[in-house]
Amino acid sequence: MSETAIAPGFADPGRDSQAVFRAAMMAMARPGTICKLPVALDAPAPLAPGTAALALALCDFETPIWLDPALATEADVAGFLKFHTGAPIVVHPNEAAFALVAGANEMPALHRFAPGSLEFPDRSTTLFVQVETLRKDGGWRLSGPGIAGRAHLSAAPLPPTFLDELKANHAVFPRGVDIYFVAGHRIAALPRAILIDS
Amino acid sequence: MSAVGPTSAKGAAPPHPAAPRPPSPDGRRTGGADGYNFAYLDEQTKRMIRRAILKAIAIPGYQVPFASREMPMPYGWGTGGVQITASILGPDDILKVIDQGSDDTTNAVSIRRFFEKTAGIATTTRTREATIIQTRHRIPEEPLADDQVLVYQVPTPEPLRFLEPRETETRKMHALEEYGLMHVKLYEDIARHGHIATTYDYPVKVDGRYLTAPSPTPKFDNPKMHMSPALQLFGAGREKRIYAIAPFTRVVSLDFEDHPFEVNRFERPCALCGADNVYLDEVVLDNSGGRMFVCSDTDFCQERRAAGHAGEMLARAPSFVAGQR
Repeated sequence: MSETAIAPGFADPGRDSQAVFRAAMMAMARPGTICKLPVALDAPAPLAPGTAALALALCDFETPIWLDPALATEADVAGFLKFHTGAPIVVHPNEAAFALVAGANEMPALHRFAPGSLEFPDRSTTLFVQVETLRKDGGWRLSGPGIAGRAHLSAAPLPPTFLDELKANHAVFPRGVDIYFVAGHRIAALPRAILIDS
Repeated sequence: MSAVGPTSAKGAAPPHPAAPRPPSPDGRRTGGADGYNFAYLDEQTKRMIRRAILKAIAIPGYQVPFASREMPMPYGWGTGGVQITASILGPDDILKVIDQGSDDTTNAVSIRRFFEKTAGIATTTRTREATIIQTRHRIPEEPLADDQVLVYQVPTPEPLRFLEPRETETRKMHALEEYGLMHVKLYEDIARHGHIATTYDYPVKVDGRYLTAPSPTPKFDNPKMHMSPALQLFGAGREKRIYAIAPFTRVVSLDFEDHPFEVNRFERPCALCGADNVYLDEVVLDNSGGRMFVCSDTDFCQERRAAGHAGEMLARAPSFVAGQR
């Protein structure tokens, strides 16, 4: 823990976490749509304000968090999350309910996170992947639940194998991980049910 | 203590429970009954339910177990739906609650009051105005919009439960997508009655994967679930399950090639508003066989009458059916 004070969380925890959740729910229900989180948090770098808001809205003592190396090396990040959520920090990605990724282009392959079981596919990891650009055009073509026809989404930077990992993640449906891409305050969801091609 | 009467009241009367609460000093309507969190549930419970809702949307039709809380109403009165509504509700939401299509039956009124009291939110009976619609066993006749959320109260979330009582077995059947038993059940309907006799809680397959109970809505409403622009959330409080159908998701009612799925047909239009192709309730009028068929969706019926539509019995229908004229 560094000597700096822990950054404040939500100004109005009840109201703010509802607003963040509602945006996250609408994003999950409409993959390919980019939602702006209505709450600004002053999170310790390299934690993006959007990732911090999602974590504070959804994580607590019941949800182990995995931090990627870029986040794990900053003691302020773990301190911020532990103080505001009480969530345990785990070292293995497949033990995590939520995985926070700041260095997206060096992130582990998606199959290393918990995919749940066929009986309990809900016991899986949800990833918050921070990216620099997030656009609703170009990139991947998405179809499936939540999308009328087709949608487009592009996020960068990501590992070169990421598209193949996404396809493999969809192929094991109903198992698999669900992903929120985060760029600043903007988020877009990519649940496992979505079919992706380039 | 003297008898309670107009003269025995001491001091100012307490405010009516449904009276709007004044805004807080910073101008925001925070709402909520004194001593309770916004929308009754505590924040940790809401987070747990919200996580279940996100998983439910990500795996359409799969029943996510959740730690259902005791609510200040009995099981069977919509505790699952109420917990979902309480968890998604924000201060700016406008809530509509229907029970069998009606805004003014006991269950709908009490749940609407519950949220007026505990969240201080605005409520409506108009389908179009609502951002969240909690429903017991109907889908509104008016097509829903893509910014609306439909919350179902579900008694039995497991469509296979009456065919296989063991949770371990039904869970395995869902895991292996082994749904032959349900087809056998529908086949037995045909063998016995000549047609599929299931009329409500008619099983659907969501996005080609999970067999799902639409809750005991009439099968008339099943086609409205298919590619609905609104997000559909299902809550079963006693059974501790949440499931969801994302917007624009394929929802197919099970059937056979030679016995295709069919919705209920009504011989006549609504006797009050003249609407065709809507779900009708039978209303018994007297002891000598008098009866009429009227829209189950009261808001839809009232709006049509306000727009000048009239059914054949509108002029002579009793006020307990047609309301005040």
